[in-house]
Amino acid sequence: MSTLVYVIAYLGILVFVGAVIAKAAAYKRKPLHLRWELYPVAHEPGRADYGGSYLEDVGWWQKPRHSSLVGELKVMVPEILFLKAVWEFNRPLWYLTYPFHLGLYITAAFVALLLASAIGQVAGVQLPLGQALAILGPAGFGLTILGAVGLFWRRLTSTEMRNYSSVGHFFNLAWFVVAMGVAAVAWWTVDPTFANLTGFLANAMRLRFEPIAEPLVAVELLLAFTLLAYIPLTHMAHFFMKYFMYHDIRWGDDPNVNNPARSAQIAAVLQYPVTWSAPHIAGHGKTTWAEVATFNPAAAAASKKE
Amino acid sequence: MTKRVHLKISDVGSPTEPLTHVSNDDLMPLPADWEEKPWTVLPDKVKEQYACILDDTSVLPIPRPKTPEEEKELVEKFLVGMGKLFDANNNWPFLAQLVTTMDHCAKCNTCSEACHIYEASGHNELYRPTYRTEIFRRIYKKYVKKELLSAWRNGDIDLNWQTVARLGEMAYRCNLCRRCAQTCPIGADNGLVAREIRKIFSQELGITTPELHEKGSMLQMKVGSSTSMNPTVVKDNVEFIDEDYSESTGFTFKTPWDVEGADILLIHNAGEILSWPDNIAAFSIIFEAAGLSWTLSSEIAGYDSINYGVFYDDVQFARTAILHAQAAKKLGVKKIVLGECGHAHKALTVIADRVLPDDLNIPRESCFPLLRDIVFSGKIKFDPSRNDFPVTLHDPCNTTRLMGIIKPQRDIVHKLCPQFREMNPHGPHNYCCGGGSGFAIMGRNNIPDWRYKVAGRKKIQQILNAFSDCRGPEHKKYVCAPCSNCKGQIRDMIDYYQLRERESLIYAGLVELIVNAMVDVKPGFIKWEEE
Repeated sequence: MSTLVYVIAYLGILVFVGAVIAKAAAYKRKPLHLRWELYPVAHEPGRADYGGSYLEDVGWWQKPRHSSLVGELKVMVPEILFLKAVWEFNRPLWYLTYPFHLGLYITAAFVALLLASAIGQVAGVQLPLGQALAILGPAGFGLTILGAVGLFWRRLTSTEMRNYSSVGHFFNLAWFVVAMGVAAVAWWTVDPTFANLTGFLANAMRLRFEPIAEPLVAVELLLAFTLLAYIPLTHMAHFFMKYFMYHDIRWGDDPNVNNPARSAQIAAVLQYPVTWSAPHIAGHGKTTWAEVATFNPAAAAASKKE
Repeated sequence: MTKRVHLKISDVGSPTEPLTHVSNDDLMPLPADWEEKPWTVLPDKVKEQYACILDDTSVLPIPRPKTPEEEKELVEKFLVGMGKLFDANNNWPFLAQLVTTMDHCAKCNTCSEACHIYEASGHNELYRPTYRTEIFRRIYKKYVKKELLSAWRNGDIDLNWQTVARLGEMAYRCNLCRRCAQTCPIGADNGLVAREIRKIFSQELGITTPELHEKGSMLQMKVGSSTSMNPTVVKDNVEFIDEDYSESTGFTFKTPWDVEGADILLIHNAGEILSWPDNIAAFSIIFEAAGLSWTLSSEIAGYDSINYGVFYDDVQFARTAILHAQAAKKLGVKKIVLGECGHAHKALTVIADRVLPDDLNIPRESCFPLLRDIVFSGKIKFDPSRNDFPVTLHDPCNTTRLMGIIKPQRDIVHKLCPQFREMNPHGPHNYCCGGGSGFAIMGRNNIPDWRYKVAGRKKIQQILNAFSDCRGPEHKKYVCAPCSNCKGQIRDMIDYYQLRERESLIYAGLVELIVNAMVDVKPGFIKWEEE
């Protein structure tokens, strides 16, 4: 049993990291897309507050462009930490989804401290993290459970959400409840100082597959690492894909001005083949985007008639 | 008739026709005590010929399948098109945006209340921004991507011809204003999905709305303009405008054509020339008074900035953008300036930015910053008291939410209109006029009823609320709508709700207000009575 937990732990981390990298890489590998920004664009210095852009200037292409990291942080930090958009536009949901997300953030901080503690153990140093772990662990487990149960209930009882929820949504939330519930029970009953968890992590780092003394901790670890692997394989991958959806699409306002790299990208996509079948696109012997886009089917039809 | 507000996703394949109704009782109340006119009934002939199976309106003329083979063919062609939508070669322009929206939506419906159509319809489920997207997503995951455990993970759906036809029609129950996308905590874009569905129908099945395609982009490519005006006719018409307005304004001017090496190529929406000649004259008066080096072009598409491809078809979009750029290149101008047309702004300035190769990448900018600089340059004298009537400003989605051009037009109205007041909300958070994505030019069947009662309802509410301190026919009021499509929609809604008579409400663009305040022009450029 214990060896299996170690194997699942390694696999869980591997799948998590692999899936995150694979998804991010798949996005980056996608061809150049057309600009599709939405205002306010957060990095627009001096204008983001009212939703303005550099296009408000005459001769904008002749002026130096600046991008404000502070502006982006002013939007990103409240969005990530407080789920500001849900607060503004869907307040009833916020009361449920915020505890859930806050619980996950706190649990993530808890895991980071556990790792630090385990590293300290490997190095023979006892870090004074006991109190922080004692606060963060139960708080993270409790808030996540509270939020997940609330979201489960809302998806089940709200007509507007139930219509759009799949079995998978309920399964995901249930998994969080069970995983966090087992963690909470394990903490309460057999591992009040998280010594078992810290010991497991330290052993895993040293590749020493020592037996896990408490079966409940073994179950806790199994649930946690399988959940870790599962998250990026679902729509919950939005926790990192949101970066691209905001920075590359919603705020992707970079114009093609004196930009040879961008011009080369445009030249490349214009050579992609087109196989759309509608009569105004197909049947004219044009096969690439460049050929199709520079062909005038209406003028061709008119000259044929003449 | 049974009202079915609480539609389920699975209902989309139902044999019941139509799927839902919107009655006057359902509609969001307006701040007025007018009686709502009855809905025009869709003619039986149209119902027999086309798949009018969604609500009581028909926008996309999908031929009604007559045999099981035709039903099967519709479904199969749709799936082939959907496959191409997720193929990098065929849909490089929007693949990244589409795939991220497909994969990461949390289905929280945070976007719903942002949609003016959903709200105005009385929260009819059919118009919820996620309804069409969810159907589209389930089909994609199950039939195209063939995802493992798709029904369990994403929800199940059965595919039949009704589902396909309704999805196509649903893509035309959205103004593509993308206000829903603005509120999404994750960055998903349900407006984009509506446009992508339109693309499948146009680019694969060859099914489009005649206003956007045959009478729109194809006509523009054939004769030069969707108005049917060829270069000779357009030049004649503008010459007539020059003469007429030189006389009426006392400001003599001549609009320049095809001036090689001019600084600016101004491209109007040619619809202005026929419907709103005041706007054409006002631009010419301002540019001439400011002493600009500018010209119009008589090249094909060079005198009509419309690009309807932006509403339904990437190929038509790219072709039109290239024609515009070629007209500018031929004249050797330093830049293109877009007149008061929102979608033309967005299409040529922003979206075409990654379509035009280097030799056609001629700088393009909005007219609003240029007009602001002119108004504040001191070259022209103004008397703001000529504009001393209540004015509110409509923000076209394409120039504001989608381009971030917010302040220049406000600087102008603040300077020239003493009684200016904002709508609420405004700027990038504005509501669409209801004519967006091509609706403004659609008058077939009973489409106008839907666009006035549902799509445009929120805008009417906003306009009336902006003038809450001066309601009634005794107070003249002006809606500044600096976009041809928005003006068309607002014009038609003013007629439909009789707002000239009931509220002394008129509409026009921004340049009309500028010229109306020019000291060198005879007073009364803005006409309060219909001519």
